[in-house]
Amino acid sequence: MIPLSAYTAVSAVLFMTGLLGVLVRRNFIIVLMSVEIMMNAANINLVAFSHYLESMAGQLVALFIIAIAAGEAAVGLAIIIVVFRGKISTNVDEMNLLKW
Amino acid sequence: MIEMFFAYFALVSIAAGVLTVSLRHPVHCALSLLVLLLHVSGLFILLNAEFLWAVQVIVYVGAILVLYLFVLMLLNLKSDERYFHPSALYILGPAVVGGGYVLYLLLRSPFSGAKGDTPAAAVLQDGNTYAVGIKMFSDHLLQFEIVGIFLLGAIIGAIVLAKTPKPLDRERERL
Repeated sequence: MIPLSAYTAVSAVLFMTGLLGVLVRRNFIIVLMSVEIMMNAANINLVAFSHYLESMAGQLVALFIIAIAAGEAAVGLAIIIVVFRGKISTNVDEMNLLKW
Repeated sequence: MIEMFFAYFALVSIAAGVLTVSLRHPVHCALSLLVLLLHVSGLFILLNAEFLWAVQVIVYVGAILVLYLFVLMLLNLKSDERYFHPSALYILGPAVVGGGYVLYLLLRSPFSGAKGDTPAAAVLQDGNTYAVGIKMFSDHLLQFEIVGIFLLGAIIGAIVLAKTPKPLDRERERL
């Protein structure tokens, strides 16, 4: 029997990895991928608690998170294409159009 | 046996996550993200969430990751030479320390909360998909509809954003 804390530990490590990726990487597409890693970590957590605490709500929230991740990926990649068309770069350091 | 599968899925997903944020070429990052997503879906199987496993494989791997790869191929990015942020080393140390503390707290906590209303036996009787469907279309119907509206908005937003801007028609603008 695997303890629940093992799943939460895996999810914490994955979340930390994704957070580091968001903070450290400079390519915008990789930053979005790191956000996907963080969402997967949250999903592992939700499904693990749903299984061990015998409630279905966690799996439903995980489903909604997957749907929201799909929307986020679509809009984020569209933004990347727009920025890339204007500046020929996906480097987050060079994206300062909205900076005051 | 289950412990072996759990160890395999957990270790490979963590390794794939680390590779995703540390590899140099964006396409390699996307491929290791693929490995990560598939192994996370394996963890869902271990947790008796078969419907979520199917959704993970179909939506995440089949739709989102293909979208990422499609954009990567479309943009034809080169791998950068200096691809880490300059202040990466300042972030890394505190992150490792904080992560270790969080892991210590997680591994020693018992997580003995109140049980919900769907024990594993009831789920296994009719199947996970049945249980998820009953729950979704009774208690969580409003969230379901909100997610539908959200996806519609995301589709429209993505189309509007990525559309090629039309050159201004000067004749009509004068009118």
